[in-house]
Amino acid sequence: MTIQFNEETFRDDYSFRNSDWAIKRFPFPFHEDSYMYSVNMEQHRGGPEGSVYEKRFDVDEHYVSEMRDRAIVLAEDPLRCQSLPHMTLAGWDTLELIMVSKSEDYPDLFELHRDGDRWRWINKPMGIDHTFTFLDETTLPCGPLEYITRQAQGDFAVLDQRNDMLYMDAGMITTQADWSLDFDIGMDFFEWHAPVPLAHEMGIFKRALKFLLNIQQGAPARRLNWTMTVNPLLDTSPENYHKWGVQKSTLTPENIGSKQHLRVELQTFYRLPRSNALLFPIRCYLIAFQDIVTIPKWGRRLHRVIRDLPEELATYKGFIDNRPKMLDYLSQYDDGLPTSPGVWPDLDTEPPLQK
Amino acid sequence: MSKFQFPESIRSRPVYGTLEPRPGKAHLMIADAEGAEALLDLAALDASIFRAAHIIYIPKATGETYVDRLKALEPAQFYVGPTYEASVQRIRRVLSDAHMGLQVYLTGTEGLMGQAQNEAMTAGIPHSAIQTEHRGSVARRMQCVHCKGITEDVMTDPFVCSHCGLNLFVRDHYSRRLAAFQGVRVDAEDPGNVPEPVELYK
Repeated sequence: MTIQFNEETFRDDYSFRNSDWAIKRFPFPFHEDSYMYSVNMEQHRGGPEGSVYEKRFDVDEHYVSEMRDRAIVLAEDPLRCQSLPHMTLAGWDTLELIMVSKSEDYPDLFELHRDGDRWRWINKPMGIDHTFTFLDETTLPCGPLEYITRQAQGDFAVLDQRNDMLYMDAGMITTQADWSLDFDIGMDFFEWHAPVPLAHEMGIFKRALKFLLNIQQGAPARRLNWTMTVNPLLDTSPENYHKWGVQKSTLTPENIGSKQHLRVELQTFYRLPRSNALLFPIRCYLIAFQDIVTIPKWGRRLHRVIRDLPEELATYKGFIDNRPKMLDYLSQYDDGLPTSPGVWPDLDTEPPLQK
Repeated sequence: MSKFQFPESIRSRPVYGTLEPRPGKAHLMIADAEGAEALLDLAALDASIFRAAHIIYIPKATGETYVDRLKALEPAQFYVGPTYEASVQRIRRVLSDAHMGLQVYLTGTEGLMGQAQNEAMTAGIPHSAIQTEHRGSVARRMQCVHCKGITEDVMTDPFVCSHCGLNLFVRDHYSRRLAAFQGVRVDAEDPGNVPEPVELYK
């Protein structure tokens, strides 16, 4: 299908909207009626046609507007994209992976023509037609990581691997769930996850690290993570928390359906060929509560998950104060019927709301 | 003075040990304030290492309290400086001149140890050749996550950022690269509602 790119904003007037297509393909993260941390990794080798899992780097209706929002963030704060000196090669690896994947997966939108080291890259949605020399930084307007991730949705952390450990040594981070690349750059895997409650004690990070260290070229993996965001704000950074934090206290019973968003991260993991670094794209999908509940199964389930979530997790994810309001709203969409296993909407088989 | 036991914390927070004499061709010792006591304790274990020692000492509020006693250890080189910042160029020079077999001893406040450790790591000194021991003030060096400014010697939570003036709460999340803990606006969700500051660890 040809994608119609939305004209929309993720700040100020928040004109961001999901079409019916985007709602039905939303990566709903709960496969059952409760949630607890788990490593929950699976192979990233496609998925059902039209789903966000189908392509290596999903492109959707928000692409052009998201890239515009990223440019605004970078103009205000260039430190959101950083790369330690030894990570330049991993930046080129990233550029190659994204250009090759997008041109193969979306030939109507992206083209890559390679003649030795002379590469011509065409990005039709963004109006870019650029010829450059692969591995020659002087032929790009900025570093290779910044160049390509200004043209790819989602955040990108680039992890160096040495001493059986992963280090956060480069990244493009403008749509993050409240963590700072500028503060965390150079940290090891356990250090940058240090603020996460419970998961260390559960051994989650040890198991996750073991898994990630062993990811091989050509065998990427994926998992989902989630949190909550008031207003469709992509840039929920700690840097700007002193500005956006106050928005969390603006929910009312009347506006919660449109203002409160479930924020889901599709995290993928790719071994890079030259640098042996691990590319960690973190793609953010937002959906308003009023859109989630149009899928009866998701409405029922979200209510149960939020209701039963341990207090530490609701606190860490930053919505403990708003949880009562969320439950008042969501309980209207939970009729107590059982839900089918798995994350899919199952619109044809799940009964409509019985109240 | 008894040593302060930091409460158990998250994985990014540094932990400190107790200095011990180690065989080495040269010994670089960087200390501030009560860190002098750790060097005196070190000398009690093996005074001979001071013959090849370079002591860089920043007395801060302790003034002359320890200076003569440190001098009496007869280190090969002894420098007393007014601030850490004033000594940085010297530290960099010493580290760039260092040969294999240098042992590094850092002691005193967290801010001093963190910054000096950063210099040593940047100079390529292996982690295994750097020892740390906390002595004296438990004040923290804090970075404001919003304006990026560093506030030295923070003793309360919350505190006022010395650069942008926001009221920040003190996190345990620590960046070795910045040698600083992270400070985040405490009243972001309810502007003006700033809790009464309490002394750290009280």
